[in-house]
Amino acid sequence: MSRKTEVFIIGGGPAGLSAATVAAELGAQTLLVDDSARLGGQLIKQTHRFFGSSNRDAGIRGITIANKLCEEVKSASDRLTVLENTAAVGFYANKEAGILSQSAYERVSYQAAIVCTGATENSLAFENNDLPGIYGAGGVQTLMNVHGIKPGQKILMVGSGNIGLIVSYQLIQAGVEVVGLVEGMPNIGGYLVHASKIRRLGVPIYTSHTILKALGETGVGGAVLCRVDEKFQAVPNTEFEVNCDCICLAVGLTPLIDLFQQAQCRMVHVGELGGLVPLHDSAMRTTNHDIFVAGDASGIEEATTAMLAGRIAGAKAYESIHGKSVKAEAIVEEAREELRTLRSGSTGDRIRWGRERVLKEAGSC
Amino acid sequence: MLKNTGIPTAEELKNVMPPHERLAKGPVAIIECLQDIPCDPCVSACPVHAIQMQSGITDRPQLNFDKCTGCGACVPKCPGLAIFIVNMQHKVAGMATLSLSYELLPIPAKDSEVDALDRSGKFLCRAKVIRVINPPAYDRTAVVTIEVPADRINDIRAIRV
Repeated sequence: MSRKTEVFIIGGGPAGLSAATVAAELGAQTLLVDDSARLGGQLIKQTHRFFGSSNRDAGIRGITIANKLCEEVKSASDRLTVLENTAAVGFYANKEAGILSQSAYERVSYQAAIVCTGATENSLAFENNDLPGIYGAGGVQTLMNVHGIKPGQKILMVGSGNIGLIVSYQLIQAGVEVVGLVEGMPNIGGYLVHASKIRRLGVPIYTSHTILKALGETGVGGAVLCRVDEKFQAVPNTEFEVNCDCICLAVGLTPLIDLFQQAQCRMVHVGELGGLVPLHDSAMRTTNHDIFVAGDASGIEEATTAMLAGRIAGAKAYESIHGKSVKAEAIVEEAREELRTLRSGSTGDRIRWGRERVLKEAGSC
Repeated sequence: MLKNTGIPTAEELKNVMPPHERLAKGPVAIIECLQDIPCDPCVSACPVHAIQMQSGITDRPQLNFDKCTGCGACVPKCPGLAIFIVNMQHKVAGMATLSLSYELLPIPAKDSEVDALDRSGKFLCRAKVIRVINPPAYDRTAVVTIEVPADRINDIRAIRV
């Protein structure tokens, strides 16, 4: 069987849902596929209130934002088809892609595609890091906040970015004891209010420390930590043991970019954005002009900026098919202005540098 | 320091602490938000427009202590749970009250006793819960008010039920 659509969106997280709503509302026939059983991407695991602008969902819990985005998608349903449990498996020439559901493989013929595949979790090399009971932070959130299962009773968190800090707080809410949070850098990476929140609930934060090894034979029974110097080398004789039955790794994300590579989009490595990303212009269009990108796949950031970039990509994909539109331009302008303000300030430095580099390189090709 | 430990020092908190004269007048907010992150729900939460951000959303909130009525509307709206209300004019001599966001279960009951903790989670004293507000509009962030010794009001920032 084959399907025909104007805009084909891969990924039903904040970026993909926002892109789909905008493209369909502007008037494009839109197909969205998501490989999970429930739309919303990582938002469905976010039980905390979001930062950002109160004009756009700040102060609201992530799960509530996911429900809102799904409602918006539903209300655009006369032009929008959503397929859950369906993965995009590859691009063909002539604007075709393959999708695989639990029962069938189909071809999709599209005019513009928006790839919002998100990111994968990074791991960390240390002795015994393959023991059962060692999870990525996304895995812990899925177990705990989607399926209602505690990953363990006593957990060690590795990584002090916002994910490490927030998931530590969610673990405490779920009744899990967080025995400590380890960070190799001398400073806490995420927002300091999140750090203070878990610190005053008694979680020790070990900055300038690393995990040397996990202890245990058949599962995690503890961990050995030590101090590191400014070159991240272990400082001798500073090792100590912590008692835990679970270790959570929150050591960053890498954009999920296989589909762009397969579609021969030009890639660029930008450390500030999490690694290799498809080169794209301010319209979120890649060097393969039928393919747009939004969300973490374009560089690791967070959900609010993913939604805004998704709106830009949705509007620009619509225009690439139907021509210039005043309504689409207004959506793009509004989203760009909001992105500019969200990325201003010192906590947005790295993202700004990374984004500027991508735009500069895109301009030169 | 805050950025190494998650615990703000007295020096770092200096600018967000209300002056003594203001504390003497009754309830007032303390916003322990010390980093220029992109976040502004407190600004629109304030019914008397006492909270401002000078240079846009990534500025730190500036609280006008004289305008602030200590009503507490901002407390459950802060995603960082970083806003507290202190009342040094509590009716019980030598005691003050502290209101804070609380998102763990069980929510403490009014008149029950809880552990009062400092910014590092260290136990400081027992404290009586004198009010719990948890309406649907707060979306599961309860605001708990405890009665604490007045001389510990600057140290107590968390509770353990």
